[in-house]
Amino acid sequence: MIHDAAFSDPARERKIFVSRLLIAIFLAFVLGLVVIARYVDLQLTRYQDFATHADNNRMHVRPAPPSRGLIYDRNGELLADNRPTYILTIVRERSDNLSELLGTIGSLIEISDNDIKRFEKRLTRRKPYEQTPLKYDLTEQERGILAVNGYLLDGAEVSARLMRFYPDGELFGHAIGYVGRINERESQTIDGIKYSGTDSIGKIGLEKFYESQLLGEVGTEHVETNARGRVMRILDNRDPVPGSNLTLYLDSRLQRVAHKAFEGERGALVAIDVRTGGVLAMVSAPGYDPNLFVSGISQKNYDSLLNSPDRPLFDRTIRGQYPPGSTIKPLFGLIGLHSKTISMDYVIDDPGYFIMEGIERPWRDHNSKRGGHGKGVDLAEAIIESCDVFFYKMSIKTGIDLLSRYSEQFGLGQITGIDMPGERSGIMPSRAWKKGARGQSWFNGDTINTSIGQGFMLATPLQLAVMTARIASRGDTVVPKIVKSINGTAVARDEISAPMNISEEHWDYIHKAMSDVVHSTRGTAKGISRGLSYKIAGKTGTAQVISISAEEEYDSSKIDKSQWDHALFVAFAPAEDPQIAIGLIVENGEHGSSAAAPIARMVMDMYMKSKAGSHQTAGVAN
Amino acid sequence: MHRDDFVRRMQSPGGDKQSGRSLHIDLPLLVMLILLCGAGLVVLYSASGQNMFYVKRQALLMLMGFGVMFGVAQFPVRFWERWSFLLYGVGLMSLLAVLFFGVGAKGAQRWLDLGFTRFQPSELMKVAVPMMVSAYLGKRYIPPAFGHVLMVLAITVIPVFLVVRQPDLGTALLILASGFFVIFLAGLRKRYLFSAFLLVMAAIPTFWLFVMRDYQKQRVLTLLSPEDDKLGAGWNIIQSTTAIGSGGWSGKGWTLGTQSQLNFLPESHTDFIIAVLAEEFGLMGVLALFTLYALLIGRCIMIALNSQSQFGRMIAGSLTLTFLTYVFVNMSMVSGILPVVGVPLPFISYGGTAIVTLFLGFGILMAISTEPKRIRTTL
Repeated sequence: MIHDAAFSDPARERKIFVSRLLIAIFLAFVLGLVVIARYVDLQLTRYQDFATHADNNRMHVRPAPPSRGLIYDRNGELLADNRPTYILTIVRERSDNLSELLGTIGSLIEISDNDIKRFEKRLTRRKPYEQTPLKYDLTEQERGILAVNGYLLDGAEVSARLMRFYPDGELFGHAIGYVGRINERESQTIDGIKYSGTDSIGKIGLEKFYESQLLGEVGTEHVETNARGRVMRILDNRDPVPGSNLTLYLDSRLQRVAHKAFEGERGALVAIDVRTGGVLAMVSAPGYDPNLFVSGISQKNYDSLLNSPDRPLFDRTIRGQYPPGSTIKPLFGLIGLHSKTISMDYVIDDPGYFIMEGIERPWRDHNSKRGGHGKGVDLAEAIIESCDVFFYKMSIKTGIDLLSRYSEQFGLGQITGIDMPGERSGIMPSRAWKKGARGQSWFNGDTINTSIGQGFMLATPLQLAVMTARIASRGDTVVPKIVKSINGTAVARDEISAPMNISEEHWDYIHKAMSDVVHSTRGTAKGISRGLSYKIAGKTGTAQVISISAEEEYDSSKIDKSQWDHALFVAFAPAEDPQIAIGLIVENGEHGSSAAAPIARMVMDMYMKSKAGSHQTAGVAN
Repeated sequence: MHRDDFVRRMQSPGGDKQSGRSLHIDLPLLVMLILLCGAGLVVLYSASGQNMFYVKRQALLMLMGFGVMFGVAQFPVRFWERWSFLLYGVGLMSLLAVLFFGVGAKGAQRWLDLGFTRFQPSELMKVAVPMMVSAYLGKRYIPPAFGHVLMVLAITVIPVFLVVRQPDLGTALLILASGFFVIFLAGLRKRYLFSAFLLVMAAIPTFWLFVMRDYQKQRVLTLLSPEDDKLGAGWNIIQSTTAIGSGGWSGKGWTLGTQSQLNFLPESHTDFIIAVLAEEFGLMGVLALFTLYALLIGRCIMIALNSQSQFGRMIAGSLTLTFLTYVFVNMSMVSGILPVVGVPLPFISYGGTAIVTLFLGFGILMAISTEPKRIRTTL
């Protein structure tokens, strides 16, 4: 190798080096200026932008969901409560590997396939950065395990939430209803802001009807989070406004009595405060435990409720439509008197059947042994003994137009306007109704069927109670209400129209007749008068489930129980100063007198007893 | 003679001439290195989330580094010139070994597992390549003839190619640069420079299509518009510029940077550590660090200018420029004016082999700075 150094010229080499180094230093100087300029730009010129951005990074506004309004009965007993529960949530965006995270959680605490399935369903309809619940109702031990292993669980968080709890379970199930997870359809209609942080909504019953009052107002919480979304501290918060508390007219003591009376039966009872329209008791049997629905009912439980032949999910009080049977008679009698198609002196002869001119088939009197009620049956006797033939004749004289027009004032054939969702209107048949619904003309035979609450006629137990209350109050068209006050402010009393101008004489007559149904020796409900310290006015009823021709005799021993007649009873008490009105039905209970009337007596007994008790305590307080 | 006096004073400014010379310590260089290391440890403590483990480990590596530096400085420059080829050879062999036995992470194979520690040969090449080139050119006419240029090209490109294969584009480019710096300082003729420039321009599309991996392309694309992929590739750069910008003039205070302490800033204790400094100490902190670097580089340039031999000049100049490139590239990539290429910030970023190699380079600079003066005939 040639050694160039021998010919080197150190001075020249150095000169070249120095000039090159100077070029490099110059370039470095320029680049250095560029870098400095960049940092000056970021840190001085655009400082505000980046400071804001950094704050947005770490500070998050989280919704603070309000606690749902509580529900109390009229005596202050808590019917719907909020209980703290702990749930495990995951923020999808903050987990690098979701399936790994789920696996880790699954190895720490028990996560069922169902949990995972439902979690994945929720994931598909969550908002970005939303906490998606994975498991509800964590036990103390599970919370401990999760807390200790928190460092493994980036993206997962245990949070406390208030969950609806119904201490009485089944007792108020139908009336109060329940809340449940917001479903996809609901999430499209609700106001997303109001519901941020809230994941349940009233589904049915009062919980649904009063949703907007019970919900409350969402608050905000400014929190500092790290890049993984873990909350480091709370910086500032605006408290949520809790939902309004509801105080109901419902009295848990009456409710308990009624509920117990329906044990093993299907049916419904509605008791109304005659003066206020307040609903004192509302039972649909069989019921269900609303707590099952709060955190999402399991498919198995749901199927068993849904497929039960007793239809426990069906609220019979407002949605069950039954032929009212003879319970309609006092009203129709009253209409006859008021419209002067009959008088208080009007009597008929009852051979046990009724033959309408031009119709071959006779109408049977269902409520008497063969031979009928005999001669000289007046309206009072027809009510007391429940004589069908009287009403057949009277209805022909009165005509369907008057009957249906006045009946509507008593709440039949239309929704009562109670503060519950899903009420059914029943049917008060009329010419117009039949034309519309069936496309047929009205016949006298239809009037005759209607006169004993059969045929096309249908009413809900609530409507029966409302009708009875309006009879009891002598025509106050008060609207039934379950909620008495909202956050202590009384709910205004509602009337649908001006009171009817029915003469006192007619009211007295009908009240007396109804009182005699219970208290006279010939009354169909005399069985419940024993040992009664106050007077009950009532009317029994039986509604056919299958039609029996005039020639056949109804014999319950020959047919299946599911086809037995429904037993009905309407009543108010005390007869001379009506306070409580009841409408009730026992499905396939056969006779109003034996199956239905005793239940009304039990409820009324409790009502009178509790009133006496409260008077006493009031007296002591005074 | 005034000029000579000046030069002599600059050769051993301040301190005891005798002891500095005999221990082969350049005091200004040493002071600035200590200051930088101290600053690095302070920032690292905060950047690692107040984790003393990292700080202790880093301090230990720095001590090792100082040891290496002193050790290297004890040997005369001629020694390094003579044995450069050996160092280069060892480096090349280990690079080859990496290709076959290397270990690594994230799809890159960069380390050799020596049992007791991991060793990154590409780091060694950052020093070995410029030494080899300097040693080669030191014995030749400058400006270098065409054949010499080709030789230099071969010396540089072979390790660069091996490093690209790992793949470690950032280090490869730095090795390429260090080789280039030597030949540039050696007075590479303008026509070569010009053709090199054209060659690079022509090579870029080829590089993009055939050499660069997807993640590397992504980094470049991300630089152009980080907002396109906020939570993905753009995340790093958005978070680091946010950290820097939100530091303002005076910063949020030590260990109080929200971006770094709440883990928004990625790689906060390694490549992106300047963002932590900028967030917590503000522009003041950045300028202070910049000043320290400038002083250090200034001192290194002095050493290069005063070197007695062609080899010494070239290696000192090249190491200085390489160091300067680290600082520039790192500060630029973190602040979003260059793509993210994985270049640590010297003395501040946490990292093993890189620190020791840095000190190796400064050891050679110290050796040059303290070599006995020959009688200067001309300036």
